[in-house]
Amino acid sequence: MQTLTIDNNKVEVPDGTTILDAANKAGVNIPTLCYLEGVQAIGACRVCLVEVKGAKTLVASCVTPAANGMKVNTNSRRVRQARRKVVELILSDHEGDCQTCDRNGDCELQEVAQDLGIREIRYPGEKSRRISDTSTEALVRDTAKCIQCRRCVTVCREVQGVAAIFPQDRGFETVIGPAFCSNLDSVVCVQCGQCAAVCPVGAIAEKDQIDDVWAALDDPDKHVIVQTAPAIRAALGECFDYPPGTCVTGKMVSALRRIGFDGVFDTEFAADLTIMEEGNELLMRLKRALVDKEEVALPQFTSCSPGWIKYAEHFYPELLPNISTCKSPQQMFGAAAKTYYAEKIGKRPEDIVVVSIMPCTAKKFENRRPEMNDSGVRDVDIVLTTRELGRMIKQAGIDFASLPDERMDSILGMSSGAADIFANTGGVMEAALRTAYEIVTGKPLPFKKLHIKPIAGLEGVKEASIEISETVPEWSFLKGVTLNVAVAHGLGNAKKVIERIKAGEAGYHFVEIMTCPGGCIGGGGQPRMTSDEVRKARIEAIYREDEGKKIRKSHENPEIKQIYEEFLKKPLGEKSHYLLHTEYEARERV
Amino acid sequence: MTGKNGNTVCVEKTEESELLERLDEVLAEYRNKPGALIPVLQIAQGIFGYLPENALKHICLGLDKSYSEVAGIVGFYSFFSIVPRGKHLVRVCLGTACYVRGGKRVLDTLKHELGIDVGETTPDKIFSLEVARCFGACGLAPTIMIDNEVRQRIKPTKIRGILYQYRNQYTNSNKGE
Repeated sequence: MQTLTIDNNKVEVPDGTTILDAANKAGVNIPTLCYLEGVQAIGACRVCLVEVKGAKTLVASCVTPAANGMKVNTNSRRVRQARRKVVELILSDHEGDCQTCDRNGDCELQEVAQDLGIREIRYPGEKSRRISDTSTEALVRDTAKCIQCRRCVTVCREVQGVAAIFPQDRGFETVIGPAFCSNLDSVVCVQCGQCAAVCPVGAIAEKDQIDDVWAALDDPDKHVIVQTAPAIRAALGECFDYPPGTCVTGKMVSALRRIGFDGVFDTEFAADLTIMEEGNELLMRLKRALVDKEEVALPQFTSCSPGWIKYAEHFYPELLPNISTCKSPQQMFGAAAKTYYAEKIGKRPEDIVVVSIMPCTAKKFENRRPEMNDSGVRDVDIVLTTRELGRMIKQAGIDFASLPDERMDSILGMSSGAADIFANTGGVMEAALRTAYEIVTGKPLPFKKLHIKPIAGLEGVKEASIEISETVPEWSFLKGVTLNVAVAHGLGNAKKVIERIKAGEAGYHFVEIMTCPGGCIGGGGQPRMTSDEVRKARIEAIYREDEGKKIRKSHENPEIKQIYEEFLKKPLGEKSHYLLHTEYEARERV
Repeated sequence: MTGKNGNTVCVEKTEESELLERLDEVLAEYRNKPGALIPVLQIAQGIFGYLPENALKHICLGLDKSYSEVAGIVGFYSFFSIVPRGKHLVRVCLGTACYVRGGKRVLDTLKHELGIDVGETTPDKIFSLEVARCFGACGLAPTIMIDNEVRQRIKPTKIRGILYQYRNQYTNSNKGE
């Protein structure tokens, strides 16, 4: 333990604690810009400067370890002046365009400048070059707003293992971006948006499509419906100052109705549909491997997360046969809405506009994939992130807090608890096993409250084994088989699992990959900032939502039974194959 | 090889694939060594004369590095070039000592004599001109470096003569042919 004094308060902290963390413990707030808990501490921005007695210069508290007997002053005149000067210099090279910036009111640089009392930019002069990059479907970059904190670089390299961006050139010419300042669409970017989720300013953000939605709503000839992903309900409240982990499903539904959507539906319905297809696909692969003795690609990987799909297409094209052919719930919803639902309401698919609310920026890429038009037109028309929905509700002048709780519309609106947990790491696996185990054994999954504890939580890679001791006659070949599963979240963790599989060190049957840390609840389109604490709170909210439902298994959802009876006939059937399944394409590795 | 237009492209392609094979040998040698990227880039620039996109992508795959990082390194160091250079690279030091002792005038004279700007190559592909920051020879300022040779205490009036020595090789050998 190290004992030090911070602003005359004695603090005792474990060895290796930084001054910044020690100060937090002592209740002293030190401003930061480049620092990101658990991800990056590099002392690049110099905003967290403090005075240490006896040290020649001020030190960056995020990278300086606390030491015995240290006397730290975080609020001396020298510190205040230095911090202010540092931020003034950052502002002098920042084309903020604050009033029209996407981050106005939600900007860390604005906040720090405000807190430090900066009222004047004393350093006018040349500004760094502006590269505007709108090349991708999901993200927009504006280097003139970038303060070069490098959070995005670290997240993209260390957390996601994608490394699409890196500092290019040198000195005043430095730009954070893809190789040789090219556009994001020409490199291996998977459009997960984790960069946008950690950007302290407006240098990387989702491509705003709110106006496209308003235009559709204003068109009297269009029937505009909306689907909301499971992770939205556990995070949207944060846009209206609710604490993380507040589930706002009912208010979200009534807000969407007030905005003017003709139908408010649930991606969770499609998540249940995904389980029916993907669970059966897994069993089919196992049957072909064990009974028919065919060469079958195993383990099967989940396919809900479009960032992961693009990652595999770039980095592991040899694994594409292993990825479930199921479309993601978003795309299954679109295909079902423009066929099954369209027939029910007597509309042509081209007169229906499907809007998705997603915690994800990569979904904006996924819905534009050329093959996603099995209804005859684009299956999903517009994708908004959670943040965009928050802004749209504000644009509509809706007082969110005073909204009543309302329910989703039928027939694409009912969902099981299994669909809720699609939102978090381990959830798709658990949902699939709740159904697959029951198909095979005729009995419910033998875990307390149906939760497979070993694959829940924020550990990067998780494993579980489930023994199938007895079966119904049809699946007797699985008797005595132990099903091995793995779950990874964050593409860096996905890489670890894949490398183990490729090295022959792991014999899994089924692997769940979610692109973002924590799963969709930590998606690139969620309200900022998503720390592990926030992730945990959102995951708890999702489990509460699941446990609060009477129906906890996808195959028991009456609307799912109905769509198979009336339309699809059976999982993996002809219609399913055409509407709900897809294929992938290998992309360049570099 | 007839040297006719149609075949020239073919010859160039063969040459590139031969050069890439040489690069592969280098990559095999450096694959598991820490800190391999910069030496490999230097060797690659020696092989190709500059760093073409194909070579850089080869290096990324060979050393398991991201293209963004490799590009970042190449862009950071002025020694690396992603455009083809002339047979001789003239680099003018504009570090502090050389600058105060007339480096800027040396650079202006070179620009004038070669008829090109910094970063460009003469039409006869003999000279490329670059600016550098200190060769570690401040006591001999102002300095320039031609290929691997440092020239000291350069006066603008000497420059035409220095360039002549290099240019002359080609005009003589051309006469000989």
